[in-house]
Amino acid sequence: MVEIFGVEVSLEPIWLTLEVAAWTTTILLVIGTPLAWWMARMQSSSKIVLEALVALPLVLPPTVLGFYLLIILNPNGYVTEFLRFFGYEGQLTFTKQGLIVGSVFYSLPFAVQPLMHAFEAVPQKLLDAAATLRAGILDRFFSIVLPLSQRGFLVAATLTFAHTVGEFGVVLMLGGNVPGETRMVSIDIFDHVESLEYDQAHILSAMMLIFSLLVLMLVYGINRRFGVKVG
Amino acid sequence: MTTLRGNLRLKLGNFELNSGDFELPLQGVTVLFGRSGSGKSTLLRAISGLDKNTRGSLHFAGQVWQDGKKTLAPQRRHIGFVFQDAALFPHMTVRQNLLYALKRLPKGAAQPDFDDIVTRVGIADKLDRGVNFLSGGEKQRVAIARALLTSPQLLCMDEPLSALDWRAKAEMLTLIEEVLQAYKIPLLYITHAPAEVERLADRIVFMQQGGIERVETLQQALSRPDSPLFDDEGAVSVLEGESQEIEHGLRPLKMGNRTLWLSDISELHKSRVRVRVLARDVSLALSDPQHLSIINHLSARVLELIPEGQHRMLVRLQLEDGQKLFAEITEHSARRLEITPGLELFALIKSVALAE
Repeated sequence: MVEIFGVEVSLEPIWLTLEVAAWTTTILLVIGTPLAWWMARMQSSSKIVLEALVALPLVLPPTVLGFYLLIILNPNGYVTEFLRFFGYEGQLTFTKQGLIVGSVFYSLPFAVQPLMHAFEAVPQKLLDAAATLRAGILDRFFSIVLPLSQRGFLVAATLTFAHTVGEFGVVLMLGGNVPGETRMVSIDIFDHVESLEYDQAHILSAMMLIFSLLVLMLVYGINRRFGVKVG
Repeated sequence: MTTLRGNLRLKLGNFELNSGDFELPLQGVTVLFGRSGSGKSTLLRAISGLDKNTRGSLHFAGQVWQDGKKTLAPQRRHIGFVFQDAALFPHMTVRQNLLYALKRLPKGAAQPDFDDIVTRVGIADKLDRGVNFLSGGEKQRVAIARALLTSPQLLCMDEPLSALDWRAKAEMLTLIEEVLQAYKIPLLYITHAPAEVERLADRIVFMQQGGIERVETLQQALSRPDSPLFDDEGAVSVLEGESQEIEHGLRPLKMGNRTLWLSDISELHKSRVRVRVLARDVSLALSDPQHLSIINHLSARVLELIPEGQHRMLVRLQLEDGQKLFAEITEHSARRLEITPGLELFALIKSVALAE
Protein backbone atom coordinates (compact mmCIF):
# COMPACT_ATOMS: atom_id res chain seq x y z
CA MET A 1 0.00 0.00 0.00
CA VAL A 2 1.27 3.44 -0.88
CA GLU A 3 -0.29 6.78 -0.21
CA ILE A 4 -0.88 9.04 -3.20
CA PHE A 5 -2.60 12.40 -2.65
CA GLY A 6 -3.70 11.12 0.73
CA VAL A 7 -5.38 8.06 -0.73
CA GLU A 8 -4.23 4.54 0.12
CA VAL A 9 -3.70 2.58 -3.12
CA SER A 10 -2.32 -0.91 -3.66
CA LEU A 11 0.10 -0.96 -6.57
CA GLU A 12 0.12 -4.75 -6.65
CA PRO A 13 -2.37 -5.02 -9.52
CA ILE A 14 -0.18 -2.73 -11.60
CA TRP A 15 2.94 -4.81 -11.11
CA LEU A 16 0.96 -7.97 -11.81
CA THR A 17 -0.44 -6.48 -14.99
CA LEU A 18 3.00 -5.49 -16.22
CA GLU A 19 4.36 -8.93 -15.36
CA VAL A 20 1.61 -10.78 -17.20
CA ALA A 21 1.94 -8.45 -20.18
CA ALA A 22 5.72 -8.90 -20.29
CA TRP A 23 5.44 -12.70 -20.20
CA THR A 24 2.70 -12.72 -22.79
CA THR A 25 4.72 -10.52 -25.12
CA THR A 26 7.83 -12.65 -24.76
CA ILE A 27 5.96 -15.90 -25.32
CA LEU A 28 4.03 -14.53 -28.26
CA LEU A 29 7.16 -13.24 -29.98
CA VAL A 30 8.74 -16.67 -29.62
CA ILE A 31 5.68 -18.60 -30.80
CA GLY A 32 4.37 -15.96 -33.15
CA THR A 33 7.56 -15.57 -35.19
CA PRO A 34 7.66 -19.09 -36.68
CA LEU A 35 3.86 -19.12 -37.02
CA ALA A 36 3.86 -15.79 -38.84
CA TRP A 37 6.77 -16.89 -41.04
CA TRP A 38 5.01 -20.10 -41.94
CA MET A 39 1.82 -18.23 -42.75
CA ALA A 40 3.65 -15.56 -44.75
CA ARG A 41 5.24 -18.21 -47.00
CA MET A 42 2.09 -20.29 -47.31
CA GLN A 43 0.58 -20.45 -50.76
CA SER A 44 -2.16 -23.06 -50.40
CA SER A 45 -5.76 -22.03 -49.81
CA SER A 46 -5.65 -23.38 -46.24
CA LYS A 47 -3.90 -20.11 -45.41
CA ILE A 48 -7.35 -18.50 -45.25
CA VAL A 49 -8.45 -20.89 -42.50
CA LEU A 50 -5.31 -20.21 -40.51
CA GLU A 51 -5.59 -16.45 -40.94
CA ALA A 52 -9.21 -16.56 -39.77
CA LEU A 53 -8.28 -18.68 -36.74
CA VAL A 54 -5.52 -16.28 -35.74
CA ALA A 55 -7.80 -13.27 -36.17
CA LEU A 56 -10.63 -14.84 -34.18
CA PRO A 57 -9.80 -13.08 -30.86
CA LEU A 58 -10.29 -9.76 -32.67
CA VAL A 59 -13.98 -10.36 -33.22
CA LEU A 60 -14.92 -12.79 -30.49
CA PRO A 61 -16.22 -11.17 -27.29
CA PRO A 62 -13.44 -11.67 -24.72
CA THR A 63 -15.95 -13.33 -22.42
CA VAL A 64 -16.57 -16.03 -25.03
CA LEU A 65 -12.84 -16.67 -25.36
CA GLY A 66 -12.48 -16.63 -21.58
CA PHE A 67 -15.40 -19.02 -21.17
CA TYR A 68 -13.97 -21.59 -23.59
CA LEU A 69 -10.52 -21.27 -22.04
CA LEU A 70 -12.09 -21.79 -18.61
CA ILE A 71 -13.69 -25.01 -19.85
CA ILE A 72 -10.61 -26.28 -21.67
CA LEU A 73 -8.15 -25.42 -18.91
CA ASN A 74 -10.25 -26.64 -15.99
CA PRO A 75 -8.25 -28.64 -13.43
CA ASN A 76 -9.87 -31.94 -14.46
CA GLY A 77 -9.72 -31.25 -18.19
CA TYR A 78 -7.54 -32.91 -20.80
CA VAL A 79 -5.05 -30.07 -20.99
CA THR A 80 -4.28 -30.07 -17.29
CA GLU A 81 -4.25 -33.90 -17.24
CA PHE A 82 -1.80 -33.82 -20.11
CA LEU A 83 0.45 -31.38 -18.24
CA ARG A 84 0.19 -33.48 -15.06
CA PHE A 85 1.69 -36.32 -17.06
CA PHE A 86 4.84 -34.21 -17.40
CA GLY A 87 4.92 -33.46 -13.68
CA TYR A 88 2.98 -30.19 -13.73
CA GLU A 89 1.35 -29.67 -10.35
CA GLY A 90 -0.34 -26.32 -10.50
CA GLN A 91 -3.58 -25.41 -12.17
CA LEU A 92 -4.40 -23.11 -15.03
CA THR A 93 -7.62 -21.52 -13.91
CA PHE A 94 -7.61 -18.68 -11.40
CA THR A 95 -3.79 -18.53 -11.42
CA LYS A 96 -1.22 -16.25 -12.93
CA GLN A 97 0.00 -18.97 -15.28
CA GLY A 98 -3.55 -19.44 -16.49
CA LEU A 99 -3.82 -15.71 -17.07
CA ILE A 100 -0.68 -15.75 -19.18
CA VAL A 101 -2.00 -18.68 -21.24
CA GLY A 102 -5.27 -16.84 -21.71
CA SER A 103 -3.51 -13.62 -22.68
CA VAL A 104 -1.42 -15.47 -25.24
CA PHE A 105 -4.59 -16.56 -27.02
CA TYR A 106 -6.25 -13.21 -26.54
CA SER A 107 -3.34 -11.19 -27.97
CA LEU A 108 -2.30 -13.70 -30.66
CA PRO A 109 -3.47 -11.62 -33.65
CA PHE A 110 -1.66 -8.57 -32.34
CA ALA A 111 1.64 -10.40 -32.51
CA VAL A 112 1.10 -12.57 -35.59
CA GLN A 113 -0.48 -10.08 -37.97
CA PRO A 114 2.22 -7.38 -37.89
CA LEU A 115 4.91 -10.03 -38.07
CA MET A 116 3.23 -11.75 -40.99
CA HIS A 117 2.91 -8.51 -42.91
CA ALA A 118 6.53 -7.64 -42.18
CA PHE A 119 7.67 -11.06 -43.42
CA GLU A 120 5.53 -10.84 -46.53
CA ALA A 121 7.20 -7.54 -47.34
CA VAL A 122 10.67 -9.13 -47.49
CA PRO A 123 11.30 -9.71 -51.22
CA GLN A 124 11.71 -13.36 -52.15
CA LYS A 125 14.55 -12.25 -54.43
CA LEU A 126 16.69 -11.29 -51.43
CA LEU A 127 16.20 -14.75 -49.95
CA ASP A 128 17.08 -16.31 -53.29
CA ALA A 129 20.21 -14.19 -53.43
CA ALA A 130 21.15 -15.23 -49.90
CA ALA A 131 20.66 -18.88 -50.85
CA THR A 132 23.03 -18.55 -53.78
CA LEU A 133 25.51 -16.96 -51.36
CA ARG A 134 25.35 -20.23 -49.39
CA ALA A 135 23.08 -19.13 -46.57
CA GLY A 136 20.94 -21.99 -45.25
CA ILE A 137 17.32 -21.55 -44.22
CA LEU A 138 17.95 -20.42 -40.61
CA ASP A 139 20.88 -18.31 -41.67
CA ARG A 140 18.68 -16.54 -44.22
CA PHE A 141 16.05 -15.93 -41.57
CA PHE A 142 18.42 -14.41 -39.05
CA SER A 143 20.61 -12.46 -41.46
CA ILE A 144 17.97 -11.14 -43.87
CA VAL A 145 14.42 -11.54 -42.63
CA LEU A 146 14.89 -10.47 -39.00
CA PRO A 147 16.79 -7.24 -39.67
CA LEU A 148 14.35 -6.27 -42.44
CA SER A 149 11.36 -6.91 -40.18
CA GLN A 150 12.51 -4.84 -37.20
CA ARG A 151 9.55 -2.54 -37.43
CA GLY A 152 7.17 -5.46 -37.59
CA PHE A 153 8.67 -6.80 -34.37
CA LEU A 154 8.44 -3.43 -32.69
CA VAL A 155 4.79 -3.05 -33.66
CA ALA A 156 4.01 -6.64 -32.67
CA ALA A 157 5.65 -6.29 -29.26
CA THR A 158 3.99 -2.98 -28.47
CA LEU A 159 0.53 -3.98 -29.59
CA THR A 160 0.75 -7.29 -27.75
CA PHE A 161 1.95 -5.65 -24.58
CA ALA A 162 -0.60 -2.83 -24.70
CA HIS A 163 -3.45 -5.13 -25.61
CA THR A 164 -2.62 -7.47 -22.74
CA VAL A 165 -2.45 -4.59 -20.29
CA GLY A 166 -5.93 -3.58 -21.32
CA GLU A 167 -7.57 -6.97 -21.21
CA PHE A 168 -10.58 -7.43 -19.00
CA GLY A 169 -13.07 -10.04 -20.15
CA VAL A 170 -10.67 -12.95 -20.43
CA VAL A 171 -9.11 -12.13 -17.06
CA LEU A 172 -12.48 -11.95 -15.40
CA MET A 173 -13.62 -15.29 -16.81
CA LEU A 174 -10.39 -17.21 -16.48
CA GLY A 175 -8.60 -15.53 -13.61
CA GLY A 176 -11.25 -14.18 -11.36
CA ASN A 177 -10.08 -11.71 -8.79
CA VAL A 178 -7.42 -13.28 -6.57
CA PRO A 179 -5.30 -10.51 -5.00
CA GLY A 180 -1.65 -10.78 -6.03
CA GLU A 181 -2.40 -13.68 -8.34
CA THR A 182 -4.98 -12.65 -10.90
CA ARG A 183 -6.22 -9.24 -9.84
CA MET A 184 -4.98 -7.16 -12.76
CA VAL A 185 -5.34 -3.42 -12.84
CA SER A 186 -8.41 -3.33 -15.06
CA ILE A 187 -10.25 -5.63 -12.62
CA ASP A 188 -9.00 -3.62 -9.67
CA ILE A 189 -10.36 -0.39 -11.10
CA PHE A 190 -13.67 -2.10 -11.80
CA ASP A 191 -13.75 -3.31 -8.17
CA HIS A 192 -13.04 0.13 -6.76
CA VAL A 193 -15.80 1.64 -8.84
CA GLU A 194 -18.21 -1.08 -7.77
CA SER A 195 -17.47 -0.31 -4.11
CA LEU A 196 -17.76 3.43 -4.81
CA GLU A 197 -14.03 4.02 -4.04
CA TYR A 198 -13.75 6.64 -6.75
CA ASP A 199 -10.51 8.13 -5.38
CA GLN A 200 -8.60 4.90 -5.84
CA ALA A 201 -10.18 4.35 -9.23
CA HIS A 202 -9.14 7.85 -10.26
CA ILE A 203 -5.54 7.38 -9.25
CA LEU A 204 -5.14 3.97 -10.90
CA SER A 205 -6.89 5.11 -14.04
CA ALA A 206 -4.75 8.22 -14.30
CA MET A 207 -1.61 6.16 -13.83
CA MET A 208 -2.69 3.76 -16.58
CA LEU A 209 -3.50 6.65 -18.85
CA ILE A 210 -0.10 8.26 -18.38
CA PHE A 211 1.71 4.95 -18.65
CA SER A 212 -0.05 4.03 -21.90
CA LEU A 213 0.61 7.41 -23.38
CA LEU A 214 4.29 7.25 -22.51
CA VAL A 215 4.69 3.75 -23.95
CA LEU A 216 3.03 4.72 -27.19
CA MET A 217 5.07 7.89 -27.52
CA LEU A 218 8.25 5.94 -26.93
CA VAL A 219 7.29 3.43 -29.59
CA TYR A 220 6.32 6.00 -32.17
CA GLY A 221 9.54 7.84 -31.44
CA ILE A 222 11.62 4.73 -32.04
CA ASN A 223 9.55 3.82 -35.03
CA ARG A 224 10.24 7.18 -36.55
CA ARG A 225 13.97 6.84 -36.07
CA PHE A 226 13.89 3.41 -37.64
CA GLY A 227 11.70 4.73 -40.38
CA VAL A 228 14.36 7.15 -41.51
CA LYS A 229 17.11 4.59 -41.23
CA VAL A 230 15.49 1.62 -42.92
CA GLY A 231 13.06 3.09 -45.44
CA MET B 1 34.85 -31.36 -71.43
CA THR B 2 32.61 -31.05 -68.39
CA THR B 3 28.98 -30.37 -69.10
CA LEU B 4 25.71 -29.37 -67.56
CA ARG B 5 23.29 -32.06 -68.60
CA GLY B 6 19.69 -32.62 -67.70
CA ASN B 7 16.00 -32.40 -68.34
CA LEU B 8 14.01 -30.16 -66.03
CA ARG B 9 10.32 -29.61 -65.41
CA LEU B 10 8.74 -26.94 -63.28
CA LYS B 11 5.14 -25.78 -62.97
CA LEU B 12 4.48 -22.24 -61.81
CA GLY B 13 0.82 -21.29 -61.88
CA ASN B 14 -0.27 -21.45 -65.51
CA PHE B 15 3.25 -21.67 -66.81
CA GLU B 16 4.99 -24.95 -67.36
CA LEU B 17 8.67 -25.42 -68.03
CA ASN B 18 9.54 -28.61 -69.82
CA SER B 19 13.07 -28.17 -71.02
CA GLY B 20 13.59 -31.45 -72.85
CA ASP B 21 17.02 -33.09 -72.76
CA PHE B 22 19.92 -30.70 -72.91
CA GLU B 23 23.66 -30.83 -72.57
CA LEU B 24 25.67 -27.61 -72.36
CA PRO B 25 29.47 -27.43 -72.29
CA LEU B 26 30.69 -25.67 -69.15
CA GLN B 27 32.85 -23.22 -70.98
CA GLY B 28 32.51 -19.64 -72.07
CA VAL B 29 29.17 -17.94 -72.34
CA THR B 30 25.91 -19.75 -72.92
CA VAL B 31 23.04 -17.38 -73.58
CA LEU B 32 19.43 -18.34 -72.88
CA PHE B 33 17.51 -16.46 -75.52
CA GLY B 34 13.81 -16.09 -76.13
CA ARG B 35 10.83 -13.80 -75.80
CA SER B 36 9.48 -12.94 -72.40
CA GLY B 37 7.39 -15.85 -71.21
CA SER B 38 9.47 -18.39 -73.10
CA GLY B 39 10.82 -19.85 -69.86
CA LYS B 40 14.38 -18.50 -69.73
CA SER B 41 14.18 -17.28 -66.15
CA THR B 42 12.30 -20.35 -65.00
CA LEU B 43 14.93 -22.60 -66.53
CA LEU B 44 17.71 -20.65 -64.85
CA ARG B 45 15.90 -20.83 -61.51
CA ALA B 46 15.46 -24.56 -61.96
CA ILE B 47 19.14 -24.96 -62.85
CA SER B 48 20.24 -23.03 -59.77
CA GLY B 49 17.84 -24.89 -57.47
CA LEU B 50 15.89 -21.83 -56.40
CA ASP B 51 12.57 -23.57 -56.81
CA LYS B 52 11.86 -26.62 -54.69
CA ASN B 53 9.13 -27.84 -57.01
CA THR B 54 11.59 -28.55 -59.80
CA ARG B 55 11.46 -32.10 -61.15
CA GLY B 56 13.62 -34.03 -63.56
CA SER B 57 17.36 -34.53 -63.66
CA LEU B 58 20.39 -32.29 -63.67
CA HIS B 59 24.07 -33.19 -63.61
CA PHE B 60 26.77 -30.60 -63.19
CA ALA B 61 30.15 -32.06 -64.14
CA GLY B 62 30.19 -35.12 -61.85
CA GLN B 63 27.67 -33.83 -59.29
CA VAL B 64 23.98 -34.67 -59.18
CA TRP B 65 21.98 -31.47 -58.68
CA GLN B 66 18.53 -32.86 -59.36
CA ASP B 67 17.26 -36.39 -59.36
CA GLY B 68 13.49 -36.72 -59.65
CA LYS B 69 12.08 -34.88 -56.65
CA LYS B 70 15.42 -34.71 -54.91
CA THR B 71 16.91 -31.24 -55.22
CA LEU B 72 20.33 -30.16 -54.06
CA ALA B 73 19.79 -26.90 -52.17
CA PRO B 74 21.09 -23.81 -54.00
CA GLN B 75 23.52 -23.04 -51.16
CA ARG B 76 25.30 -26.32 -51.98
CA ARG B 77 25.59 -25.81 -55.71
CA HIS B 78 28.41 -23.25 -55.71
CA ILE B 79 26.61 -20.92 -58.06
CA GLY B 80 27.14 -17.20 -58.37
CA PHE B 81 23.84 -15.57 -59.30
CA VAL B 82 23.34 -12.02 -60.53
CA PHE B 83 19.71 -10.98 -60.48
CA GLN B 84 17.93 -8.59 -62.82
CA ASP B 85 17.90 -5.77 -60.28
CA ALA B 86 20.95 -6.79 -58.27
CA ALA B 87 19.07 -8.01 -55.16
CA LEU B 88 21.54 -6.38 -52.79
CA PHE B 89 20.67 -6.53 -49.11
CA PRO B 90 19.27 -3.09 -48.29
CA HIS B 91 20.18 -3.18 -44.60
CA MET B 92 23.90 -3.60 -45.31
CA THR B 93 26.67 -1.52 -46.77
CA VAL B 94 28.44 -2.55 -49.95
CA ARG B 95 31.23 -4.12 -47.90
CA GLN B 96 28.78 -6.06 -45.74
CA ASN B 97 27.06 -7.35 -48.85
CA LEU B 98 30.38 -8.59 -50.15
CA LEU B 99 31.43 -10.09 -46.83
CA TYR B 100 28.12 -11.94 -46.67
CA ALA B 101 29.42 -14.07 -49.53
CA LEU B 102 32.93 -14.37 -48.19
CA LYS B 103 31.91 -15.44 -44.68
CA ARG B 104 29.90 -18.34 -45.98
CA LEU B 105 32.59 -19.94 -48.10
CA PRO B 106 32.96 -23.62 -47.27
CA LYS B 107 35.93 -24.46 -45.09
CA GLY B 108 39.03 -25.22 -47.10
CA ALA B 109 37.66 -23.56 -50.23
CA ALA B 110 40.04 -21.36 -52.18
CA GLN B 111 39.78 -17.81 -50.83
CA PRO B 112 38.88 -15.42 -53.60
CA ASP B 113 41.05 -12.32 -53.80
CA PHE B 114 38.78 -9.63 -52.33
CA ASP B 115 40.92 -6.65 -53.32
CA ASP B 116 41.46 -7.92 -56.83
CA ILE B 117 37.77 -8.52 -57.45
CA VAL B 118 36.68 -5.24 -55.92
CA THR B 119 39.19 -3.30 -57.98
CA ARG B 120 38.45 -5.11 -61.21
CA VAL B 121 34.73 -4.56 -60.81
CA GLY B 122 35.36 -0.90 -60.02
CA ILE B 123 33.74 -0.52 -56.60
CA ALA B 124 36.84 -0.18 -54.42
CA ASP B 125 35.90 3.39 -53.50
CA LYS B 126 32.29 2.57 -52.68
CA LEU B 127 32.72 -0.15 -50.08
CA ASP B 128 31.34 1.83 -47.17
CA ARG B 129 28.30 3.22 -48.93
CA GLY B 130 24.81 2.07 -48.17
CA VAL B 131 23.45 0.17 -51.14
CA ASN B 132 20.49 2.51 -51.46
CA PHE B 133 22.88 5.28 -52.43
CA LEU B 134 24.24 3.47 -55.50
CA SER B 135 23.20 3.97 -59.11
CA GLY B 136 21.75 1.06 -61.08
CA GLY B 137 25.09 0.32 -62.74
CA GLU B 138 26.96 0.44 -59.44
CA LYS B 139 24.45 -1.92 -57.88
CA GLN B 140 25.02 -4.46 -60.64
CA ARG B 141 28.78 -4.13 -60.19
CA VAL B 142 28.39 -4.94 -56.51
CA ALA B 143 26.13 -7.85 -57.38
CA ILE B 144 28.75 -9.21 -59.78
CA ALA B 145 31.51 -8.80 -57.20
CA ARG B 146 29.35 -10.52 -54.59
CA ALA B 147 28.69 -13.43 -56.94
CA LEU B 148 32.40 -13.74 -57.74
CA LEU B 149 33.30 -13.80 -54.05
CA THR B 150 31.45 -17.08 -53.62
CA SER B 151 34.16 -18.78 -55.74
CA PRO B 152 31.44 -20.09 -58.03
CA GLN B 153 31.74 -23.06 -60.36
CA LEU B 154 29.07 -21.48 -62.50
CA LEU B 155 27.88 -17.90 -62.92
CA CYS B 156 24.23 -17.21 -63.71
CA MET B 157 22.98 -13.80 -64.81
CA ASP B 158 19.32 -13.08 -65.32
CA GLU B 159 19.01 -10.05 -67.63
CA PRO B 160 21.56 -8.12 -65.60
CA LEU B 161 21.50 -5.13 -67.95
CA SER B 162 17.79 -4.68 -68.46
CA ALA B 163 17.43 -1.97 -65.80
CA LEU B 164 20.40 0.09 -67.00
CA ASP B 165 20.73 2.99 -69.43
CA TRP B 166 22.76 2.51 -72.62
CA ARG B 167 26.00 3.91 -71.23
CA ALA B 168 25.89 1.72 -68.13
CA LYS B 169 24.96 -1.22 -70.36
CA ALA B 170 28.03 -0.77 -72.52
CA GLU B 171 30.29 -0.50 -69.46
CA MET B 172 28.77 -3.57 -67.86
CA LEU B 173 29.22 -5.66 -71.02
CA THR B 174 32.89 -4.73 -71.06
CA LEU B 175 33.12 -5.56 -67.37
CA ILE B 176 31.45 -8.94 -67.83
CA GLU B 177 33.89 -9.81 -70.61
CA GLU B 178 36.87 -8.79 -68.47
CA VAL B 179 35.62 -10.77 -65.51
CA LEU B 180 35.13 -13.88 -67.61
CA GLN B 181 38.56 -13.53 -69.11
CA ALA B 182 40.17 -13.03 -65.69
CA TYR B 183 38.43 -15.74 -63.71
CA LYS B 184 37.45 -18.27 -66.42
CA ILE B 185 34.09 -19.14 -64.94
CA PRO B 186 31.41 -20.55 -67.25
CA LEU B 187 28.43 -18.21 -67.57
CA LEU B 188 24.74 -18.80 -68.18
CA TYR B 189 23.30 -15.49 -69.34
CA ILE B 190 19.69 -14.57 -69.96
CA THR B 191 18.75 -11.85 -72.39
CA HIS B 192 16.24 -11.00 -75.05
CA ALA B 193 18.52 -8.42 -76.68
CA PRO B 194 20.20 -9.77 -79.84
CA ALA B 195 23.00 -7.19 -79.47
CA GLU B 196 24.04 -8.70 -76.13
CA VAL B 197 23.99 -12.17 -77.64
CA GLU B 198 26.21 -11.10 -80.53
CA ARG B 199 28.63 -9.49 -78.13
CA LEU B 200 28.92 -12.24 -75.52
CA ALA B 201 27.63 -15.58 -76.68
CA ASP B 202 29.64 -18.64 -77.50
CA ARG B 203 26.49 -20.67 -77.81
CA ILE B 204 22.81 -19.94 -77.60
CA VAL B 205 19.94 -21.87 -76.08
CA PHE B 206 16.82 -20.79 -77.94
CA MET B 207 13.76 -21.07 -75.74
CA GLN B 208 10.15 -21.14 -76.83
CA GLN B 209 6.93 -21.85 -74.93
CA GLY B 210 8.62 -23.27 -71.88
CA GLY B 211 11.00 -25.57 -73.73
CA ILE B 212 14.41 -25.57 -75.35
CA GLU B 213 13.95 -25.26 -79.08
CA ARG B 214 17.58 -25.74 -80.04
CA VAL B 215 21.15 -25.11 -78.93
CA GLU B 216 23.52 -23.57 -81.47
CA THR B 217 26.86 -21.84 -81.58
CA LEU B 218 26.71 -18.12 -82.33
CA GLN B 219 28.01 -18.78 -85.86
CA GLN B 220 25.37 -21.43 -86.49
CA ALA B 221 22.65 -19.20 -85.12
CA LEU B 222 23.77 -16.33 -87.33
CA SER B 223 24.06 -18.45 -90.44
CA ARG B 224 20.37 -19.17 -90.90
CA PRO B 225 18.38 -16.41 -92.55
CA ASP B 226 15.41 -16.96 -90.22
CA SER B 227 17.51 -16.61 -87.09
CA PRO B 228 15.53 -15.29 -84.12
CA LEU B 229 18.54 -13.03 -83.51
CA PHE B 230 17.61 -10.90 -86.54
CA ASP B 231 15.21 -8.11 -85.75
CA ASP B 232 13.86 -5.30 -87.90
CA GLU B 233 17.37 -4.46 -89.14
CA GLY B 234 17.43 -7.72 -91.06
CA ALA B 235 20.23 -10.28 -91.21
CA VAL B 236 23.37 -9.57 -89.20
CA SER B 237 26.87 -11.05 -89.28
CA VAL B 238 29.34 -11.01 -86.48
CA LEU B 239 33.05 -10.95 -87.35
CA GLU B 240 35.83 -11.46 -84.89
CA GLY B 241 39.32 -10.02 -85.11
CA GLU B 242 42.40 -8.82 -83.24
CA SER B 243 42.37 -5.10 -82.66
CA GLN B 244 45.58 -3.17 -83.50
CA GLU B 245 46.97 0.25 -82.70
CA ILE B 246 45.04 3.14 -84.21
CA GLU B 247 46.27 4.23 -87.67
CA HIS B 248 45.04 7.15 -89.84
CA GLY B 249 42.34 7.78 -87.27
CA LEU B 250 40.93 4.31 -87.78
CA ARG B 251 41.05 1.15 -85.73
CA PRO B 252 42.49 -1.79 -87.72
CA LEU B 253 41.08 -5.20 -86.93
CA LYS B 254 43.14 -8.17 -88.07
CA MET B 255 41.20 -11.08 -89.47
CA GLY B 256 43.62 -13.66 -90.83
CA ASN B 257 45.66 -11.86 -93.49
CA ARG B 258 43.02 -9.22 -94.02
CA THR B 259 42.29 -6.05 -92.12
CA LEU B 260 38.97 -4.50 -91.35
CA TRP B 261 39.01 -0.77 -90.59
CA LEU B 262 36.77 0.54 -87.87
CA SER B 263 35.84 4.20 -87.54
CA ASP B 264 35.00 3.64 -83.87
CA ILE B 265 38.23 4.44 -82.04
CA SER B 266 36.87 4.32 -78.50
CA GLU B 267 39.20 2.70 -76.01
CA LEU B 268 39.20 -1.11 -76.03
CA HIS B 269 39.99 -3.24 -73.02
CA LYS B 270 40.81 -6.39 -74.89
CA SER B 271 42.45 -7.39 -78.13
CA ARG B 272 39.92 -9.90 -79.44
CA VAL B 273 36.78 -8.01 -80.41
CA ARG B 274 33.58 -8.71 -82.25
CA VAL B 275 32.03 -6.43 -84.83
CA ARG B 276 28.53 -6.45 -86.13
CA VAL B 277 27.76 -6.00 -89.81
CA LEU B 278 24.26 -5.58 -91.19
CA ALA B 279 23.64 -7.56 -94.39
CA ARG B 280 22.14 -4.47 -96.00
CA ASP B 281 25.43 -2.61 -95.43
CA VAL B 282 27.35 -5.13 -97.53
CA SER B 283 27.57 -4.70 -101.32
CA LEU B 284 29.17 -7.06 -103.81
CA ALA B 285 31.62 -6.41 -106.63
CA LEU B 286 33.14 -8.86 -109.11
CA SER B 287 36.49 -7.04 -109.13
CA ASP B 288 38.23 -5.06 -106.42
CA PRO B 289 37.22 -1.44 -107.05
CA GLN B 290 40.07 1.01 -106.44
CA HIS B 291 38.38 4.39 -106.66
CA LEU B 292 35.78 4.15 -103.94
CA SER B 293 35.14 5.81 -100.62
CA ILE B 294 34.31 2.51 -98.97
CA ILE B 295 37.54 1.26 -97.43
CA ASN B 296 36.61 -2.23 -96.36
CA HIS B 297 36.94 -4.60 -99.32
CA LEU B 298 37.24 -8.27 -98.42
CA SER B 299 37.59 -11.07 -100.90
CA ALA B 300 34.98 -13.75 -100.39
CA ARG B 301 33.39 -16.82 -101.91
CA VAL B 302 29.65 -17.26 -102.36
CA LEU B 303 28.23 -20.14 -100.32
CA GLU B 304 24.54 -19.83 -101.10
CA LEU B 305 21.82 -17.50 -102.28
CA ILE B 306 18.67 -17.24 -100.23
CA PRO B 307 15.60 -15.50 -101.69
CA GLU B 308 14.07 -13.16 -99.13
CA GLY B 309 10.94 -12.07 -100.94
CA GLN B 310 10.25 -8.56 -102.26
CA HIS B 311 12.88 -9.21 -104.98
CA ARG B 312 15.72 -9.30 -102.51
CA MET B 313 18.40 -11.94 -102.08
CA LEU B 314 20.51 -12.80 -99.08
CA VAL B 315 23.97 -13.96 -100.15
CA ARG B 316 25.97 -15.98 -97.69
CA LEU B 317 29.70 -15.50 -98.13
CA GLN B 318 32.80 -17.09 -96.72
CA LEU B 319 35.75 -14.80 -96.07
CA GLU B 320 39.37 -15.86 -96.53
CA ASP B 321 39.81 -16.72 -92.88
CA GLY B 322 36.67 -18.85 -92.85
CA GLN B 323 34.31 -16.38 -91.17
CA LYS B 324 30.83 -16.01 -92.66
CA LEU B 325 29.23 -12.82 -93.86
CA PHE B 326 25.75 -12.00 -95.15
CA ALA B 327 25.16 -9.52 -97.96
CA GLU B 328 21.72 -8.34 -99.02
CA ILE B 329 21.27 -7.43 -102.70
CA THR B 330 18.38 -7.20 -105.15
CA GLU B 331 17.41 -10.12 -107.38
CA HIS B 332 18.13 -7.87 -110.32
CA SER B 333 21.77 -7.34 -109.20
CA ALA B 334 22.19 -11.05 -108.52
CA ARG B 335 21.10 -11.83 -112.06
CA ARG B 336 23.12 -9.02 -113.61
CA LEU B 337 26.36 -10.10 -111.86
CA GLU B 338 25.51 -13.79 -112.38
CA ILE B 339 26.16 -14.58 -108.77
CA THR B 340 26.14 -18.31 -108.13
CA PRO B 341 27.53 -20.47 -105.33
CA GLY B 342 31.29 -20.88 -105.62
CA LEU B 343 31.85 -17.50 -107.27
CA GLU B 344 34.82 -15.49 -105.95
CA LEU B 345 34.06 -11.81 -105.46
CA PHE B 346 34.57 -8.81 -103.19
CA ALA B 347 32.39 -7.77 -100.27
CA LEU B 348 32.27 -4.03 -99.76
CA ILE B 349 31.30 -3.16 -96.20
CA LYS B 350 29.80 0.28 -95.80
CA SER B 351 29.70 0.37 -92.05
CA VAL B 352 31.01 -1.72 -89.22
CA ALA B 353 30.05 -1.33 -85.60
CA LEU B 354 31.60 -2.81 -82.53
CA ALA B 355 29.20 -5.38 -81.13
CA GLU B 356 27.59 -4.17 -77.94
